[in-house]
Amino acid sequence: MSPSADRSSGPQTGADELVRASAADLARRLAAGEVSSEDVVRAHLDRIAAVDGAPGDGRGVAAYLHVSGEEALAAARDVDARRAAGEQLHALAGVPVAVKDVVVTRGTPTTAGSKILEGWVPPYDATLVERLRAAGMPLLGKTNMDEFAMGSSTEHSAYGPSRNPWDTARTPGGSGGGSAAAVAAFEAPLAVGTDTGGSIRQPAAVTGSVGVKPTYGGISRYGLIAMASSLDQAGPCARSVLDAALLHEVMGGHDPRDATSLPDPVGPLAEAARSRDVRGMRVGVVRELTGEGFSSEVMASFRSALDLLADAGAEVVEVSCPTFAHALDAYYLVMPSEASSNLARFDGMRFGLRVEPSEGPVTAERVMAATRGAGFGPEVKRRIILGTYALSAGYYDAYYGSAQKVRTLVQRDFAAAHEQADVLVSPTAPTTAFPLGSRLDDPLAMYAADIATIPANLAGVPGMSLPSGLAADGLPVGFQVMAPARADERLYRLGGALEALLEDRWGGPLLASAPALDTVPARPEVATA
Amino acid sequence: MPALSPDDVARLAALARIDLEPAELERLAGELDAVVAAVASVSSVVSDDVPATSHPLPLVDVYREDVVEPSLPAEAVLAGAPAAQDGRFLVPQILEED
Repeated sequence: MSPSADRSSGPQTGADELVRASAADLARRLAAGEVSSEDVVRAHLDRIAAVDGAPGDGRGVAAYLHVSGEEALAAARDVDARRAAGEQLHALAGVPVAVKDVVVTRGTPTTAGSKILEGWVPPYDATLVERLRAAGMPLLGKTNMDEFAMGSSTEHSAYGPSRNPWDTARTPGGSGGGSAAAVAAFEAPLAVGTDTGGSIRQPAAVTGSVGVKPTYGGISRYGLIAMASSLDQAGPCARSVLDAALLHEVMGGHDPRDATSLPDPVGPLAEAARSRDVRGMRVGVVRELTGEGFSSEVMASFRSALDLLADAGAEVVEVSCPTFAHALDAYYLVMPSEASSNLARFDGMRFGLRVEPSEGPVTAERVMAATRGAGFGPEVKRRIILGTYALSAGYYDAYYGSAQKVRTLVQRDFAAAHEQADVLVSPTAPTTAFPLGSRLDDPLAMYAADIATIPANLAGVPGMSLPSGLAADGLPVGFQVMAPARADERLYRLGGALEALLEDRWGGPLLASAPALDTVPARPEVATA
Repeated sequence: MPALSPDDVARLAALARIDLEPAELERLAGELDAVVAAVASVSSVVSDDVPATSHPLPLVDVYREDVVEPSLPAEAVLAGAPAAQDGRFLVPQILEED
């Protein structure tokens, strides 16, 4: 189905035009003095006030947990003044950005979507946040997410779900549904996500936006509230491949405060996104991530995008990665094991909630258990208990040990596949966006949403999702690109080229055809901004 | 594969320091049983000669220069604590008194 047919027509002016502009376009106009950062930020705050509502109020997109309007406007005015004074600024200076609430921000509440951190204000910035601020990018607020990034729908947020801008009765994916919904609903030109098993790419797929999980270590983890440290990776969420590249370049590169951060400087990603040349590029279709388990509509959109690439001169081949069939199982042992250890820090002693037991002596140990029982939601409890089980004596070798060996096999499959192909591709998610509530009581069905994204996390390789079109139900389908570790620029090269081919066919960006959103009552802190 | 009982979950929850209601124990036992059954296949696809991967990238011996770096002021850190006193975290008693 072509989205151009029912695209809203007519000139878009003023604030509406500013929120629909790409980050690259905003950056150019800011640098040329055609628009001020304050106007850009104000337009986005107005958009948030009009369509976001708040999590838990049952209406609106609910992309944000916290909107920092005053701080964003102050940062914008500062950039405008420095530009007026003739200062040399970063290319993205003045372009606002939203940040997933699992990333700590000095002076701005950070909850990771959990009640156990309600009201906590971090005393420091994550390295990636420092870099955004240093570039002069105003922070619009913190985006909603599944509690501690555990989920595939944002429904496990302790504050209520986000909604998909294409159909507000459906989820925007997860865990980073807030960041994806924010860019897809034109409530931010750019957003930061984190991806442990697909939490950037799967929400991008079901919201028609672009999301990138860089090579493990490509963007510092310092200041990310850890879920599974050997898998967690921050990355960009955007409405175009070029915009994702620009945000990736700001955040990437070595950080001495993260010992797992890559020593390499970030590559020329925007240049790769602009190259639009896939002639001779070998594109490997992963047999195990196509067909069975993937809806026929998703497969049709995927195949159609492959045809465009082949017509443009790419060499499309099929590759086999047999152990990917066990990646989901290995992931649901490795991730909970690491999470059960990482989440031990939420003990009611140093930050966040403290709950005393309702009866019996008030000892530290009993306060810890009462705090964690009251502060963690059901999915977090489920994963901590599962991880505790997988790591316990007698089961460690069979579960955690075996899962780590599967990681080795998955890495070997990637290496073998890349002997035949420069990039590997698959649909990002097996279905389009699912209805709110439809998988909440079935953990295994929820986990299956990440079946195509998890292998990249286990192997530490980079992955991108970009839209390949709309399914017959009118909902977006995501196209995943994966590359060898440290070859992130290949994602941008293929993604940028495919996006250009698709937009030629559609007559513009896919998100331009998203339905208009209802206006909802604004939350108090936005209404007064 | 042993089935997980509510008692097993209670034992694991005690190890993980999470108070759970009886209804939660019951529900988690069923859910975790299904998840464990689904993921247990991993042990059948690997052999002894496959090395384990605990970390995706082979970075080893990452050190920084041994120089003093600024740290956060104590009052900024304690501001987020549930309770503080005299520049320290204030915690409940550690040992149970009989």
